[in-house]
Amino acid sequence: MKPGHGEVLIAEGDVELAEDEERLIEEFRRQLDEGLWAAVPFTGEAGQRDARMVRSFDEIPRDAERVIFFPRAAGGR
Amino acid sequence: MLLALAATALVAIALLSDVILPRLEEAWERRRARRQRVPAMNYDPGRERRAEQRARTLLRSCVNEEEWAMYRDLGFIRVWGSQAGNPDERSSRSGAPYAYLIYPHRPVVAYIPQTHRLLSEYCVAFPDDSRPYGSARLPDSDDVLAKWMALTGDEQRLIKTANMHLPGRQIDPLQVKRDLWRLGQWEQARLRQSAGAPAPHAADSAS
Repeated sequence: MKPGHGEVLIAEGDVELAEDEERLIEEFRRQLDEGLWAAVPFTGEAGQRDARMVRSFDEIPRDAERVIFFPRAAGGR
Repeated sequence: MLLALAATALVAIALLSDVILPRLEEAWERRRARRQRVPAMNYDPGRERRAEQRARTLLRSCVNEEEWAMYRDLGFIRVWGSQAGNPDERSSRSGAPYAYLIYPHRPVVAYIPQTHRLLSEYCVAFPDDSRPYGSARLPDSDDVLAKWMALTGDEQRLIKTANMHLPGRQIDPLQVKRDLWRLGQWEQARLRQSAGAPAPHAADSAS
C-alpha cells in the first residue's frame, strides 16, 4: 500500500524456485528496512479471514499467496 | 507658438514622469505576467479515485464477506478483540468481551458490544516515512485494511503504538452509538435475509 497510490505490485515469484525466492527475500528485507510493516492475509481453519504480521521471511507460510506491506503505524492525533 | 506648446508639453512630461513611469512599468509587468505560459502540472484528478478503487478491491479480497458488506453498507468494520479483558489493561474487566470499530482515517473505537459502552479511542496513523513533509494519505479503504490487519494480526502492538484517548475526543459518542444501532439493525436484516424472511421496510425498522 502506497500513500496516494494504493496497491502497488512490488515483486512476484515462486518460492519453490531458488532464484525467485532469493529475489523475494531481498525485496522483503528492503521493504522492512524502509520501515514498512508486513502482513499475510489468510483464511483460518474455521473459514474466518485473518491476518498475520510477519517480521522475517521465514514467518511467511510457504503457501501464502501474497504479503502486503503498509506504512508502520504511529500514534495519531 | 508651436515651439512654446512643444516646450510646455516637454516640461509637463518631465514633471509627470515620476508619476507615470512606475505605472507604465507596472502595467507592462502585468501584461507580461498575463501572457506568461502557466507551467504544466502533473496533477491527475482521477488518481485518487483509482487508488481508492484498487484499495477497495484489495480490502474485499482480505476481509470476510460480512466485514466487506459492513464496510460497503455502513462505512466501518467491526473487529472483535482477542484479549481476555479490555484492550487497555489498566481498566481491565476480566472476561468482558470487547470489539473495535474501524473507520477510515479516524480513531479506532473500542467498546463493549453487550452494553454499547464506549471504552476508548485509539488514534493511529500510517504516515509515509519516506516523505515526512506533507506526505499523501493512504486511500480510505487501505487505511481500514491496514488497521484491520494490524488489529487481527498483532492487536497488542497496534494498541501500544496508538495514542489512547477517552471516547469523544475525535468521534462524537452519539455518532458511535448511532453507528452501533445501525450495525444492530443491519445484522438483524442480514439474519432475516439469510433465514429467507422478507426484510421489513426501512421506515418500519427505523421506528
